[in-house]
Amino acid sequence: MTTHPDPVRDTPEAYSAPSQPAEPSLAQPVAPAAAPAQPAPAVWTEGVDTVPRADGTPGELQPYTELGLRDDEYDRIRQILGRRPTQSELAMYSIMWSEHCSYKSSKVHLRQFGEKAPPSDRMLAGIGENAGVVQISDELAVTFKVESHNHPSFVEPYQGAATGVGGIVRDILAMGARPIAVMDPLRFGAADHPDTARVLTGVVAGVGGYGNCLGLPNIGGELVFDPSYQGNPLLNALCLGVLPVSRLQNKAAAGPGNVVVLMGAKTGRDGIGGVSVLASATFDEGSEARRPAVQVGDPFTEKLLIEACLELYDGQLVVGIQDLGGAGLTCALTETAAAAGTGMRVWLERVPLREPSMDPHEILASESQERMLLVVEPDKLDAVLKTCEKWGVLATAIGEVTAPEPDGRPGRLAITWQDHLVVDVPPGSLVDDGPVYARPMREPADLILLQADRAETLPRPADPEALRETVLRMIASPNLADKTWVTEQYDRYVLGNTVLAQPEDGGVIRVDERTGLGVALSLDGNGRYARLDPYNGTKLALAEAYRNVAVTGAKPIAVTNCLNFGSPEDPGVMWQFAEAVRGLADGCLELGIPVTGGNVSFYNQTGAAAIHPTPVVGVLGVLDNVADRVPMGFVPRAGGDHDQLYLLGETNVELSGSEWAWVTHEHLGGIPPQVDLLREKALADLLAEAARVGHLASAHDLSDGGLAQSLVESCLRRGVGARVAVPEQFAEGSMPFVYLFSESATRALVSVPRGHDKAFAALCAERGVPFELIGATDPSGGALEVHGQFRIGLDELRTAHTETLPRLFGGAAAVEVPAPAAGVAGAVEAVPLPVAQAEPVDPAEVVSEPIASFGPVPQTGAVEPIESEQADTAAESDTGVTEPSPDER
Amino acid sequence: MTARVGVVTFPGSLDDGDAARAVRIAGAEPVRLWHGDPQLHGVDAVVLPGGFSYGDYLRCGAIARFAPVMETIVDAAQGGLPVLGICNGFQILCEAHLLPGALTRNQHLHFRNRDQVLRVESAGTAWTNAFQPGQEVLVPVKNGEGCYVADTATLDQLEAEGRVVARYVGGNPNGSMRDIAAITNAAGNVVGIMPHPEHAVEALTGPSLDGLGFFTSVLKHLVGAPA
Repeated sequence: MTTHPDPVRDTPEAYSAPSQPAEPSLAQPVAPAAAPAQPAPAVWTEGVDTVPRADGTPGELQPYTELGLRDDEYDRIRQILGRRPTQSELAMYSIMWSEHCSYKSSKVHLRQFGEKAPPSDRMLAGIGENAGVVQISDELAVTFKVESHNHPSFVEPYQGAATGVGGIVRDILAMGARPIAVMDPLRFGAADHPDTARVLTGVVAGVGGYGNCLGLPNIGGELVFDPSYQGNPLLNALCLGVLPVSRLQNKAAAGPGNVVVLMGAKTGRDGIGGVSVLASATFDEGSEARRPAVQVGDPFTEKLLIEACLELYDGQLVVGIQDLGGAGLTCALTETAAAAGTGMRVWLERVPLREPSMDPHEILASESQERMLLVVEPDKLDAVLKTCEKWGVLATAIGEVTAPEPDGRPGRLAITWQDHLVVDVPPGSLVDDGPVYARPMREPADLILLQADRAETLPRPADPEALRETVLRMIASPNLADKTWVTEQYDRYVLGNTVLAQPEDGGVIRVDERTGLGVALSLDGNGRYARLDPYNGTKLALAEAYRNVAVTGAKPIAVTNCLNFGSPEDPGVMWQFAEAVRGLADGCLELGIPVTGGNVSFYNQTGAAAIHPTPVVGVLGVLDNVADRVPMGFVPRAGGDHDQLYLLGETNVELSGSEWAWVTHEHLGGIPPQVDLLREKALADLLAEAARVGHLASAHDLSDGGLAQSLVESCLRRGVGARVAVPEQFAEGSMPFVYLFSESATRALVSVPRGHDKAFAALCAERGVPFELIGATDPSGGALEVHGQFRIGLDELRTAHTETLPRLFGGAAAVEVPAPAAGVAGAVEAVPLPVAQAEPVDPAEVVSEPIASFGPVPQTGAVEPIESEQADTAAESDTGVTEPSPDER
Repeated sequence: MTARVGVVTFPGSLDDGDAARAVRIAGAEPVRLWHGDPQLHGVDAVVLPGGFSYGDYLRCGAIARFAPVMETIVDAAQGGLPVLGICNGFQILCEAHLLPGALTRNQHLHFRNRDQVLRVESAGTAWTNAFQPGQEVLVPVKNGEGCYVADTATLDQLEAEGRVVARYVGGNPNGSMRDIAAITNAAGNVVGIMPHPEHAVEALTGPSLDGLGFFTSVLKHLVGAPA
C-alpha cells in the first residue's frame, strides 16, 4: 500500500472483510472504484486455494492490490515461488511485506543505529531480537523497549491502548524476562477539543485496565496535547523486564524434529489485517470502518501466560520462543524458522479456534492476543503441557521443525489445512527478502520560513505583575499542569519495588532486593522542537531523557526509541524521518550509549496533515543502590533549617518552540534550543557523583516551562516553599521572564543540604559544569518567592496546577451520579463521552450520598464486571511483535 | 518458633509476593499457598492478597471463592484462624460470606491509586492490635471496585459491635459507605481491608511504615492466642 495507498484507504474491507462472519471469503471486491476489475468472487469461495491448485491456475487474477502489494512486489512473490501464491501465501506476503512489518521505507536509515553504535560490553541482545537486553550485574540483565499502538488507539481508544501494553509486555516476556514495569508516552489533540476527551479517557482507562490487571507498576510516561495529533493520537508503550543472564531466550526454531507449540488464547477473527490495514495507511473519513481490525485482548490470560512462560524458562523446557502479535502466526512461524535457517511443517487445523469456520488465511493472519509460539524438544513436550495446564493456559502442538535443504539452503515452511498443502514458502523470503525503498526526501518547503519566525521576537512579560500571572497561567496549561488525574488511574505500587514514579523525572525500580541494585527510566520527546529541526530536535529528546535519568542519580547506559511520523510517501516527512534517525544515531555515539531496540510508526497522518515529527526516546540508567536515588521535591526541614538552591547549566535567550510561545502566542517557529551532548554528559556525571556522596537533597531537570516550572514542581512535591533571586545579568526589563521561562537544555535545579554546599560547588568547578546559587528552600514560608518579582503561596500554585485536567476530563463527576445509576454511568465511562463533567467533589461528601439505595448486592455485583475497568480489558492488540524493532533489520 | 503465615496465590493474584515480603519483614515466615491445594500446610494465619483473581470476571472474588483452598480457609476461619483479606482478598471474603456487605465499582468509576490516611477504629482484632484506637495511618489505596456497600441494618450492626476496623480520613477514595476501609467478623479474627498495608512496610518503596502494624499484630495475637 505504500505506493498505492488509495485502494487500502478506500477499502479497508478488502482485507478485513474475511474477518466478518457474514463475508466468507477474501475476494469480495469491495472497491471496484480504486481496484482494477477483479474476477468473480466465485473463484475464491469454491474452497481452499491449495499449492497444487495454484500450480494449475497460473493465470488466476489475485486481489493483491487491495492487500497493499504493488505490481512489482507481486511479481517478486511469483518469482520467489515459481508460481502464483495461494490465497494463504498472498495474505502472508502482504502482511509481512507491509510497511509495518518490513520497515521497507525506514530500513535504509535505521542501519545507522548499528553502524554508529558505540562499543558496549553490556549488550546481550539488541538489534534483531524482540527487545534489547542489557547486563547490569554479574547475574542480572534488564530488557526494555517502547512501541507504538497509535492507529488502533484512535479507532478504538480503550482496546487499542490496552493491547498496546499487552503487546510490548509479550515482547519483553519473549526474551526470558519477567516484566516489572510499564510507561506510557501519550499524545493527543487540543486539550479542549471534544474528541480529545473521547480518546484520552479511553486510552488512559485502557493503559490502566490492562497494566493494572497484569500487576505491572506504571512508573512514568508523557502527556502532551497539540492540535497536530488531533486525528492521530500517539499511544506509545514501554515495558521493562528483568532476567537472570542465564535465562536469556531467543526466537530461533532450532533443532529439526523439535515440536512447535502454540500457547495461550484461542485464535479468532479479531485483528485480521490490523497491521497492514491500520498501521500502514493514512487515516481518512473511512477510519471507523476499520474497527474490526482492532484486536481484542484479555489481561487475565496474559498474566497466566507470563507466569507459565517463566516457569517454562526456569525448567529449561524451551528451545525457542516468539510472541504473537501483529501478523500473528504468520510472523511467528516465519521469523522463528528464518532465525534458525530451518524449515517448519505445520498442521493448521490443529490451531484452537474461537470460530471453527475460519479459513486458513484467516488463521495465519489473525492477530488474536495473548499467544506465544514455543519450540520444544519432543521429550520435554509433556512437561511443557503440564506446566501450561497448571496455569490454565491452552497449549497445542501444531507442527515440527524440519531440516534445511540438503544443499544447505534454509528449510521451507510447509503448512497444510486438512491435508491440503496451502503454504509452501522459504520463510526467509517473508522475513528478510521484503522490499526495501530509498524513498525520495526533501526538506519541507515551509521550513525556512518557519525557522525565520523566531519566538524570541514575541512580546514578553516585563513587569512583576505580568510575570506572576504568566507563572500561574503556564503551570495551569494542559501540557504543564499536574497529571495526577491520569496517573491516579495506574497502579504504581504493585510488585513492591517502585522507588520513584511519576511525577518524578524518571521512574526508578529496584531489581535486586538483596543488593539494592536498580534501574531508572525516562521517555521524552518534543514534537515542536522536531518540527523546527528534526536533527537537533531528536538530539534534544535524547538529551532530556538522558538528563531525566541522570537527575535520579543513575548512570545512563542504553537507549530505546519510538519514531512517530507521517506518511513516508511524503518526501518532506521522509526527510524529517531521516534527519531524526541521523540525530539519534549521532547523539547516542556522542553520549557513548547504544540503541538497543525500538520501533517506527509511519502514516500518522490524516489526509495531507501529518503529525509533528515525534521521535520518543527512552533512556535506561543503572543505580548500584536505589537508596542513593535523588527525588525531585524540596525536602521539609525542621527548626528553620533549609537547603541551598543551585541552578546547573547555562541559561540563554531560547524561547523558540517553547511551551510559553505556544501557550501565550500559539506560536511555533524559530530554532529550538542548542544541544551539546558532551556538556549533557558532564552534567550527568556530576549529578551521579553528587548523588553518590550525598550532596543532593533533590534534583529536578529543566525542560518544558523552564526554571519556573521546575521550581513550582519541586515546591509542590512535598509542600516546601523556596526563595530565589534572579541573577544580575537577568535583572533588567523582560530578562527575569527569560530566566524563568527559557528552555535552554543541559540544566538542572538541585537543592544541597547546608554543610555540603562548599564541597558541591567545588565538585561543579572541578567538572566544569556551570553553577549558580540562586536561593534556598523555605520550608516554613509556604510560598515561592522570586525576589523583587513576586511571591505566590503554595496553595495558590497547587490550585492552578492541579485543577486543569479534572476540569477538562472530569474528576469525581461520577460521585454526583445517584448511586443506583452508577452501573450505567460505568458503561458510559468505558467509552467516555466528551461532555464537560462537573467540578471535582470532595470524595468525603460521597458518604453522605444515599448509597444504601444500591440494589441487592448480587445485582450490584452482577453488573459490575461488565464495566469494571479490568473487565473492560476484554480486548487487546499488539504492536509488540508486529513491529520488529526498526533497528532490528 | 516463628509464626508461619500463608499467602494464597490465585490465578490473577498480583500482590501475593508483596504480602509475603511484608510477612517476612514483620518477622514471620511466609508460606505460599496454591488456590488448587486445599491443604493449609499448618500455617498459623492466612493472607488473601490483592490482585484480579480470575480477571475479576463475573464479579470480583466471585470465582476465587470456590477455589479448593477457600473451602478449607472458610472452615478454619470459623474455627478462629486469623485471616486478612487485602483489596481483592477483601472482595473474596465478602463473596465467601466470612464478612458482610460487598465491594462495588468506585463511585467516580475510575481505578484510583493514592496514598490514603486511615483511622484505625478498632484495635481489638487479630490484625490491628498493634495500633491504638483512633490512630491515623498512611497506606496506599489502589482499586477500581473498593466502594463498600451494605444495607443500613448491617452497617448499624457493624458500628454497634465495633466491627468497623478502619475508616478513610481526609477524603473517601471510592465512595465507601460511612468511609469504611476495613471491617472484621464478630470474632475479630477475620479482617477485610481495601487499602494495601503490605505496600507501606519499607521506607524506600512505601509512603510510610504504618502498614507493618497489621502484620506484627497477628504475630502478637498468635503469641497470646491459646494453641
